[in-house]
Amino acid sequence: MVSFQPSEEQQLVRDTVASFAREQIRPLARQADETGSIPQGLIQQAWELGLVQSAIPEEFGGAGDARSATTSVLALEELGWGDLSIALHILAPRLVTYPVMQLGSPAQQREILPAYTGAQFTAGTAAVMEPDFRFDVRQPGTTAVRQNGDYVLNGTKCYVPLGAEARHVLVYALGEDGLSAFIASPDTPGLRIVEREKNMGLKALATYELAFDQCRVPAAARLAGDLTPLLNRSRVGLAAMAVGVARAAFEYARDYAKERRAFGVAIAQKQAIAFMLAEMATEIDATRLLTWEAAWRIDRGEDATREACLAKNYAASMVLKVTDNALQVLGGHGYIRDHLVELWLRNGRGFAVFEGLAMA
Amino acid sequence: MIDFELSPEIQNMRQMVHMLAESTMRPIAREYDEREHEDPTEWHEMMWNVSRGSAVSVGREGKGGGQEGGRAAEAHLLSAVTIEELSWGDAGLYLSIPNPGLGGAAVAAAGTPEQRARFLARFREGAPKWAAMAITEAGCGSDTAAITTTAVRDGDHWVLNGEKIFCTSGQRALEKSEGFVVVWATVDKSAGRAGIKAFVVEHGTPGMKVTKVEDKLGIRASDTATIVLDNCRIPLDNILGSPEVKTETTEGFKGVMATFDATRPAVAASAIGIGRAAVEFVREAFAKAGITIHYDAPVSKLSAVERDFMDMEANLQAARLLTWRASWMMDQGMRNSLEASMAKAKAGSAVTQVTQKAVELLGPLGYSRKLLLEKWMRDAKINDIFEGTGQINLLIIARRILGYSSKELN
Repeated sequence: MVSFQPSEEQQLVRDTVASFAREQIRPLARQADETGSIPQGLIQQAWELGLVQSAIPEEFGGAGDARSATTSVLALEELGWGDLSIALHILAPRLVTYPVMQLGSPAQQREILPAYTGAQFTAGTAAVMEPDFRFDVRQPGTTAVRQNGDYVLNGTKCYVPLGAEARHVLVYALGEDGLSAFIASPDTPGLRIVEREKNMGLKALATYELAFDQCRVPAAARLAGDLTPLLNRSRVGLAAMAVGVARAAFEYARDYAKERRAFGVAIAQKQAIAFMLAEMATEIDATRLLTWEAAWRIDRGEDATREACLAKNYAASMVLKVTDNALQVLGGHGYIRDHLVELWLRNGRGFAVFEGLAMA
Repeated sequence: MIDFELSPEIQNMRQMVHMLAESTMRPIAREYDEREHEDPTEWHEMMWNVSRGSAVSVGREGKGGGQEGGRAAEAHLLSAVTIEELSWGDAGLYLSIPNPGLGGAAVAAAGTPEQRARFLARFREGAPKWAAMAITEAGCGSDTAAITTTAVRDGDHWVLNGEKIFCTSGQRALEKSEGFVVVWATVDKSAGRAGIKAFVVEHGTPGMKVTKVEDKLGIRASDTATIVLDNCRIPLDNILGSPEVKTETTEGFKGVMATFDATRPAVAASAIGIGRAAVEFVREAFAKAGITIHYDAPVSKLSAVERDFMDMEANLQAARLLTWRASWMMDQGMRNSLEASMAKAKAGSAVTQVTQKAVELLGPLGYSRKLLLEKWMRDAKINDIFEGTGQINLLIIARRILGYSSKELN
């Protein structure tokens, strides 16, 4: 039966994360962007919310909560609203734990999952994207070739969040039977941390370029199975965060437009501004609902590729348009770094490019 | 609990209505586009018989509907779903279905129990009937406070004078059946909005005349009438709501305006039905040509056609979900003016664009009258206009999100 009302539990998660985003994350967003680093204390506080550990089964030290994509997109929108870089940092360990929970053998789960249920934040990550405009997540240029019982990885990866400090790096590569993922770590021989990247946005998030040169991992490091459902989780997760970024920009522009006066009235009282805001609000809601629906399909165990891709692509254009319009509402002030709007525009631009950066 | 699965009842109804649309509407869609102003009489009688008092007719009745009590818990969602199917069949024919329509919606929203019984009982018996709503005038559309049609009390009667245009089903309500039109008129021009009241004018009332039925771009199976009221006398208790006329408050006006909270999602649902017809047609044409859509392909590997098609699908689904939300809120008894306007604004513009793109993608075939695509494009456009243009809906959204009154933002 159709309902747009989150359950009590979902609402609790949403409210908890929303207040954390408002009180803890947002106040540090600018400083983190300028300095290129996120205070360790904030990461630790976020860790204590349990966003990573809660879904890990109890036998490995987690809370064993259902890994609901629908609940997750509610939380991810709020985190994205707080700050995208910080949100991606907080959630990075999921890039390992979710695939391992979904596809890992009991041995792989025993080996990996307990590392992410401790008291301290533990970094984990995935190497998905590649520095090539033809990059296609379904057929990465990075290859995995079977050799003497091991797999040998070759290729270059980029946008690997926390790539240098991660306990595990899940490497997406093209093997003999299609797309596969392999568990490595930054000190695996043949895996080289090339450099910390300098990007237009996500400046607070430490992302790295990684080179794989005859990087050898054991056969047991391969996650067996179809990665599509995980890519779809990532797509709806990113879509939800795009909604969060767009909402942040919209709310800021809305409040500014009610304060800022021109020709004797608030500029929000001019249709040129009011209509922009009305369209922004409508598109944000529309995207949120597309995202919810795709997440709901994932939770039902359906192949949600179509819905997840449509939601993510729609979100990527929406957030660009909304953040750009928000900046326009502020005029010259929007271009100044005193306001966060230019940061949201820079971060929002990335969604059309991002793949595999967060898991819902 | 967030859930997008339609209940079995709605799914069943959707299936039934879809079959009805496919087997009885699609085959005559082109015919009644070409034969504007003619009546698909047999089809009307069939629809009257199958839909009288049933869910199919609920859609355009709006809040409260034509039936007293006993409405399903998901009546508005059901209505959005069925309207989408009927409009998938044909939007013009859907609008011409004999039912209480917008006039009935106004009676249901603003009428007294006695009035609801008096005016709506007829929709359960006898020959097909229509009811309509007359708001627009030559000099005013969305700016309803500028209405110049007057209602003056004369003893036991109201005397109406003025001219109404763009009245959907106006001719069928007044001249082709024993229906009625709800006319918006002012009892006191100096009172502005507070002076606007709604009056029921019955078929055959002396002084009321349909003077013109418009020739239109699309939805040609639906009649759009001009109604002249020349010293038209109606009973005193044909004013909707209490006969105690108060012009100090805008309560009555607001009551009728509230009708739009129900009818805007209905219009959005109709738009979506047209858009879906176009999207499905393009998908089938592509499939025949061996074109498949790679949803998960990166931008560098997508063709322009694939990108266009994915945009169409996403926009359509976005509009549908906004519409379901607005309908669901009504079913929950929640205030939904903002969400109803969002659904209407989004659906109107999305479907206008989707159908235009569909014509483009099918090239010379899309432009040909041999197919229905060009018709769907013409039909779709009305959804960006009636029940409040896209711009009026943006204005309503803007006021809501900014917390402005109509005085502060106009």
